[in-house]
Amino acid sequence: MDAIFIQILNGLDKGAAYALIALGLTLVFGTLGIVNFAHGALFMLGAFCAVTFQKLVTISAKVRDEGVTAFVAYKEQPYLESWFGDTGRIIIDYSVPLSIMLAIPFMLLVGYVMERGLIKHFYKRPHAEQILVTFGLAIVIQEIIKAYFGANPIPQPAPDILAGSANVGSWVGLGDNLVYPWWRLIYLCFSGLIIFAVFAFLQFTTYGMVVRAGMRDRETVGLLGINIERRFTVVFAIAAVVAGVAGVMYTPILPPDYHLGMEFLVLSFVVVVVGGMGSLGGAVMAGFLLGIVQSFASMNEVKEIFPGIDQIILYLVAVVILLVLPRGLLGRAGVMDD
Amino acid sequence: MSDIKKPGMSRRGLLKAGAVGGLVAATPSIFIKDAWAQEFRNDPKNTGELKLGFNVPQSGPYADEGADELRAYMLAVKHLNGEGDGGMLNTFKPSMLSGNGVLGKKVTYATGDTQTKSDAARASAKRMIEKDGVLMVTGGSSSGVAVAVQSLCQEQGIIFMAGLTHSNDTTGKDKRRYGFRHFFNAYMSGAALAPVLNKEYGSDRRAYHLTADYTWGWTQEESIKNSTEALGWQTVNAVKTPVGAGDFSQYITPVLNSGADVLILNHYGKDMINSLSQAVQFGLRDKQVNGKNFEIVVPLFSRLMAQGAGDAIKGILGTTNWNWSLQDEGSKAFVQSFGAEYGAPPSMAAHTCYVQTLLYANACEMAGTFYPPEVIKQLEGFNFDGMGNGPTLYRAEDHQCFKDVLVVRGNENPSSQFDLLKVVDVTPRAQVEYDWTIFGGSLGPYEVKM
Repeated sequence: MDAIFIQILNGLDKGAAYALIALGLTLVFGTLGIVNFAHGALFMLGAFCAVTFQKLVTISAKVRDEGVTAFVAYKEQPYLESWFGDTGRIIIDYSVPLSIMLAIPFMLLVGYVMERGLIKHFYKRPHAEQILVTFGLAIVIQEIIKAYFGANPIPQPAPDILAGSANVGSWVGLGDNLVYPWWRLIYLCFSGLIIFAVFAFLQFTTYGMVVRAGMRDRETVGLLGINIERRFTVVFAIAAVVAGVAGVMYTPILPPDYHLGMEFLVLSFVVVVVGGMGSLGGAVMAGFLLGIVQSFASMNEVKEIFPGIDQIILYLVAVVILLVLPRGLLGRAGVMDD
Repeated sequence: MSDIKKPGMSRRGLLKAGAVGGLVAATPSIFIKDAWAQEFRNDPKNTGELKLGFNVPQSGPYADEGADELRAYMLAVKHLNGEGDGGMLNTFKPSMLSGNGVLGKKVTYATGDTQTKSDAARASAKRMIEKDGVLMVTGGSSSGVAVAVQSLCQEQGIIFMAGLTHSNDTTGKDKRRYGFRHFFNAYMSGAALAPVLNKEYGSDRRAYHLTADYTWGWTQEESIKNSTEALGWQTVNAVKTPVGAGDFSQYITPVLNSGADVLILNHYGKDMINSLSQAVQFGLRDKQVNGKNFEIVVPLFSRLMAQGAGDAIKGILGTTNWNWSLQDEGSKAFVQSFGAEYGAPPSMAAHTCYVQTLLYANACEMAGTFYPPEVIKQLEGFNFDGMGNGPTLYRAEDHQCFKDVLVVRGNENPSSQFDLLKVVDVTPRAQVEYDWTIFGGSLGPYEVKM
């Protein structure tokens, strides 16, 4: 029972990351009809917002490292610490959550520039060309990050107070031995909040209602005198922000490197297809479903019966679902049917 | 009828030829030294320079380690050409190196990018051999790459001085006559680590292995299992993880309820950073199992990589080929030279690459030629000292170096930003030696057809 509970948590946690990326992908596809292979790079850019913020708050003076006697070495003393003492240390300690303040405007800008500068020229081009150009863009972004930040993962610790584990077993009456990292629980809650916010925005605001109408019938909305293209640009930027903040919050779980986006991109596309192209609810449902399935497939008891199943389970499930439900879990007729 | 001369040799001609042949055979070899010189690939002849090929990961996940290797190679070239303070040239013995190039030729180099991919590494090594004309290839940060490049070098008749490669296979089943490894291997890690594990954690332990699913991971898991089971430890489970898995949570959570009280991470590089950080996040180090503190062991530790894991490495036991804190004359000279040049101490990868370059150069000097079979013969069975790690032997039978092995622990109280690993034990060379036949393989011929 303990193992099952912990794997469900694991799956939800993993699924939350898939769901957030897939949500952005689906938003872009549903509104603009673009298959955006650069979406993983946006997740990675968000993660590097956290790295950049950490670098900004730890801008340092070089002081002689007295511990090294073999040669003249210098270590860095952050100015924030020198100037503000404990307050400076707290800012540095909380650099990951604080970096969301940098990520939101930055990702909005990136999303806007990307859509206006490149993506809009490919609206009426075949999906194959959209994939090629966005994939190329992803590689360019990746190489720029590598050139500037290097190839090694850069650790982004969670705030000290959240670095340990929660005794989740005692919460559900499964004993004290069952623990789960605090930051992963926070990530799960954060994902839920973002997903809720996106749905609330689309469901309960006039702006969201127009966007949903545009997703259904762009021409009719246009005939009503609404500049739907501008609204879709904003949606693209929002999708970039969702991917970006998801990337920021993921950094204490996985130290970011330039390749982070690619690691998630393929899986996220599987999630989108399983959920149903263009279906936001489907993307979220498929994200959590596949996360949980992947976690259970990694259990030793399962792998003893089906060796190597953890490597292929996502694709296996995708094949089965698409055989039974060709449009995915919540896919609508007419979307990508041609 | 035309007068046709019959082919063949007259009796007088045969006698003359025999006499000349006998004379040649009886001539002392010193008079015909270099007679083979025209017969090998990329012979520098009268060019005045010796070109070496530094094949390191300049991109990909090990690019930072590759950059450190390249720094060490450039320092070695400087020292060989008589520039700088000479570094280990001053402590290496027996040595014929004088800082005057190699056999009077200035040392130059070409570089390649392995990308830590076997195919890319082979392609860049091939390009350096065929286009740049390098006489020796060296470097790398992966056993998969080392095995692939070593095999290519054997085909090409070019000596390969391996960089960082820890799999038993490199000098075991995949060994080659033209390949040499200074770095230690997984067997030696197990042999060095076991006594320390016994002392620190006792002989009644239950271990759980997470293993990178490729040649290095497999051999390390096997070696560490053999060593710990010999102590009396039980192996609860050994789970293979895909290379570059990223999130290891689904592999770590089963450990929580497995009954294991030790987690052994047969991971290196990014995988080690991620799996170790996540294992600590999951509270494994705070757990009590079977009445004992839960422990994590990382059998192959690198200071450069450990930086990425931050505080998670504190208190973790492992082994390393070399550490900059060693106080022997060779290590001190190298650290001083490297630190003055680059403002940071060398990594263990940098150390092994620097030493390999000097060893190759010295072997050429000893052979009096660049002809690979003669250089190989000088390296085989070569005993040396003054390069860190104490007296060292390049074993002739498998081209594996044997030297003292360091058991280290992630430093709880570092005295400097570089003081990440603390040496807890120096395992004597005799304790990590083994019969070369246990890993099979065959070196192959000295002579290679071009």
